[in-house]
Amino acid sequence: MGAFRSYRLRLQRKRWLIRAFRKRREMTCVVDRTKDIAPTDILSFTTLRNERVRLPYFFDYYRKQGVNHFFMVDNNSDDGTREYLEEQPDVSLWKSEASYKRSRFGVDWLNWLQYKYAEGHWSLTVDVDEFFIYPFCDTRPIRALTDWLDASSIKSFGAMLVDMYPKGRLDERPYTEGQDPFEIAEYFDSGNYSIKRNAIYGNLWIQGGPRSRAFFPEKPQGAPALNKIPLVKWEKSYAYVSSTHMLLPRGLNLVYDEWGGEKASGCLLHAKFLDTFSAKANEELTRNEHYAASAEYKAYAAGLADDPDLWTKWSERYINWRQLEILGLMSKGNWA
Amino acid sequence: MSIGFIMMVHTALDRVSQTARHWASSGCPIVIHCDKSVPKKEFEAFTDSLADLENVSFTKRYRCEWGTWPIVAATIEAAQQMLKTHPDVGHVFLASGSCLPLRPVQELRAYLEARPRTDFIESVTVEDVTWTKGGFDSERFALRFPFSWRSQRYLFDRYVALQRLFKFRRRVPENLTPHLGSQWWCLSRATLSAILNDPNRASYDRYFKRVWIPDESYFQSLVRLHSKEVESRSLTLSKFDFQGKPHIFYDDHLQLLRRSDCFVARKIWPHATKLYASFLSNDPSVTKNAEPNPSKIDRLFSKAVDRRTLGRPGLYMQSRFPNNDWENGKTCQAYSVFGGFSDVFVNFETWLSKTVGGRVHGNLFAPDRVHFAGGDTVYNGCLSDSALTRDQNPKAFLTSLIWNTRGERQCFQYSPADSQDIAQFMASDPNAQISVVTGAWAVRLFQTKINSSVIRKEAARLQTIEAKFLDVLRSPHCKARVRIWTLADFVEAPMEHLQEIIDETSPRSRRRLNEAPRMADLDGFGRFLQTLKNQGMNPYLAGDFPVGSAGTVQDSDPQRPYLVK
Repeated sequence: MGAFRSYRLRLQRKRWLIRAFRKRREMTCVVDRTKDIAPTDILSFTTLRNERVRLPYFFDYYRKQGVNHFFMVDNNSDDGTREYLEEQPDVSLWKSEASYKRSRFGVDWLNWLQYKYAEGHWSLTVDVDEFFIYPFCDTRPIRALTDWLDASSIKSFGAMLVDMYPKGRLDERPYTEGQDPFEIAEYFDSGNYSIKRNAIYGNLWIQGGPRSRAFFPEKPQGAPALNKIPLVKWEKSYAYVSSTHMLLPRGLNLVYDEWGGEKASGCLLHAKFLDTFSAKANEELTRNEHYAASAEYKAYAAGLADDPDLWTKWSERYINWRQLEILGLMSKGNWA
Repeated sequence: MSIGFIMMVHTALDRVSQTARHWASSGCPIVIHCDKSVPKKEFEAFTDSLADLENVSFTKRYRCEWGTWPIVAATIEAAQQMLKTHPDVGHVFLASGSCLPLRPVQELRAYLEARPRTDFIESVTVEDVTWTKGGFDSERFALRFPFSWRSQRYLFDRYVALQRLFKFRRRVPENLTPHLGSQWWCLSRATLSAILNDPNRASYDRYFKRVWIPDESYFQSLVRLHSKEVESRSLTLSKFDFQGKPHIFYDDHLQLLRRSDCFVARKIWPHATKLYASFLSNDPSVTKNAEPNPSKIDRLFSKAVDRRTLGRPGLYMQSRFPNNDWENGKTCQAYSVFGGFSDVFVNFETWLSKTVGGRVHGNLFAPDRVHFAGGDTVYNGCLSDSALTRDQNPKAFLTSLIWNTRGERQCFQYSPADSQDIAQFMASDPNAQISVVTGAWAVRLFQTKINSSVIRKEAARLQTIEAKFLDVLRSPHCKARVRIWTLADFVEAPMEHLQEIIDETSPRSRRRLNEAPRMADLDGFGRFLQTLKNQGMNPYLAGDFPVGSAGTVQDSDPQRPYLVK
């Protein structure tokens, strides 16, 4: 990487930060509990819209794993999401009525909150339907991981998105509040992922899984990206570039080993494909607030009309992180 | 006689306080050195928490930066204080704040009382050390290191380079042979006081002040001058990873630690509540009173280091994406690629799967779709049969297939009509066994029974592609196990060639082939080739077929022409 290119990336990073600064006006604070944050707290950052039914389990899960404070940006919910969040003792809530798309799918808003509040903290950026799995997550809290990352001088931790789906039609088993979504969406694709390296940002670009298989067989390059770097020891100079797929400075994207070894990594189990999905997909089609003119949702709507079952006889039923590790979707690296 | 513990602490003081209380109330005097960087308020709270224990004392606080002399200075001071104030101490045990006793104090006491003159200290000469990190082994003792590695890295590096340039070597004090070893030791009173009261100590101290990481060499070297009985191992279980940073123990290591029978382990994660709750007890019923045996833990951690440095061969994933030729195995196991065989033989795939027992696919790289075994539309790992998905990243497709089917050999057909992007990769992969009958595509064209310029063009196209593929296979960079025959050569003695391939594919079965695949009917094939030639296209890859015959001997039984008895 030459000096010119790295200077351009620097400018680009500044641009995202300035944009985040500008976009901060689109948010109004509803509840500010940031005074409760201790210097070593682990923070999480989320943008959401109409996800009331998912929230109880989301908080249950991440509180148990040891997230200390939740930053939530509510984008125009009208299903009680905001009221629920206001009551949570460890949530600081912002609302925004501005366009999700024009905030680059919430990235600008979260970049600003992270700039303001996350410095020096481990920051986990997840959606409400993403559940962070890391090595030993059944016996060790996230703090064990972040302490180890600190001791190893590692600043960012990769976790690939793994799309989970049920057997049978999506609407066959409705999701009830507080339920573990992976009791329903218990299957995943274990080995159909395609990885390429992004020469500019240095991150890996991963595609595949059930979404590529079922919705994009004719246009695989349009399938959604699955690489994510959700856990970062935040500094004021950092900025997410596109969702949590990549960051600047680009060194943070090097969460993979290039010399044959394996770095430690996790997975984000994605509970997107529940009975709530088709309603969401239809709504997003009309709202048109998603990536690439909601192309993804158009493909889903078409795919689901034909054959609403994502399950195949080769689908793997989720057991635990060790299974994901053995299948090669994540790695312990040298953490033992 | 009792054991005195020196504790070097700088963080997680609540846990230190717990551990110190455990040892002190079991009758072991404690001297604690707390790093100067700990804020005064915290330090006072810490001393207050242990104020009720009269056998716990504190020493002057030094600022101990990693790998620098003050650590040794603090240790010396603590040791002096220990020997002076506790005359009944028989052994002095150096521990850190993140150490945890794994066995009851009475067992450790009995162990040391049975070995009153033994000094437990890992002490190895520089030549024998394999674990030093950062390239300094003998240079640790030959150069000067006045700058901090952590905070003055630039000066550190420059000064080392300068000394190397001028071939500067320090003189090691007389009698002293530099030794290295774990920082955590347990020395007998006699040895420790001999070290501290050595008349030459001032010169040794002067020397070690400029040695790199003196805490791993000061006592380790001096003990060799004074000890009668060095047991070169540490009683503290402490493992280091590939970067030289200690492995950390968590609650889920409880059973492993229990079974190791070691006396003390480090580092313990400060929040490992279960470990602290279970091990800070003197209940003898949980241990077996055996010799320390950390081999299981050794294995666990060395496996972790292998995982980090070598990884799993043939795996490409989010945190392992090796550069070209750094894969340590391009694919995870052997597979077979057959070129032209399904043209030469009828139902070759069925025959092959019966014979070798692995999974036999059709043309995985066919232009229309992926022809998985049994015509499946989805295969192991949910691989899709979409040709577009496959061609978007053929390498990912193949490596995923081989990874997903670990334990089962994969065989597939590959022809010049297929997507050729994967050829280079397969040729560079030692796991690939590639067998090609060149020109066999002509058989398929021949079977269409059409004889027109369309066929001629198609033949020319396939031949060009196959020639390119052969160039790749014959290149000096090719690492695959390659066999190439022309069609004419192959049909001379097909069973011999098949036997050779099968023997390599499943070496254990080692049986003669008794059922031969049925050969395609080649009556008039020579004529067909000649026609192509007459039209101006030379199918040279097929070899020399005599015009007017099927090429070779035809037995009386055309169904099973080459049954080998």
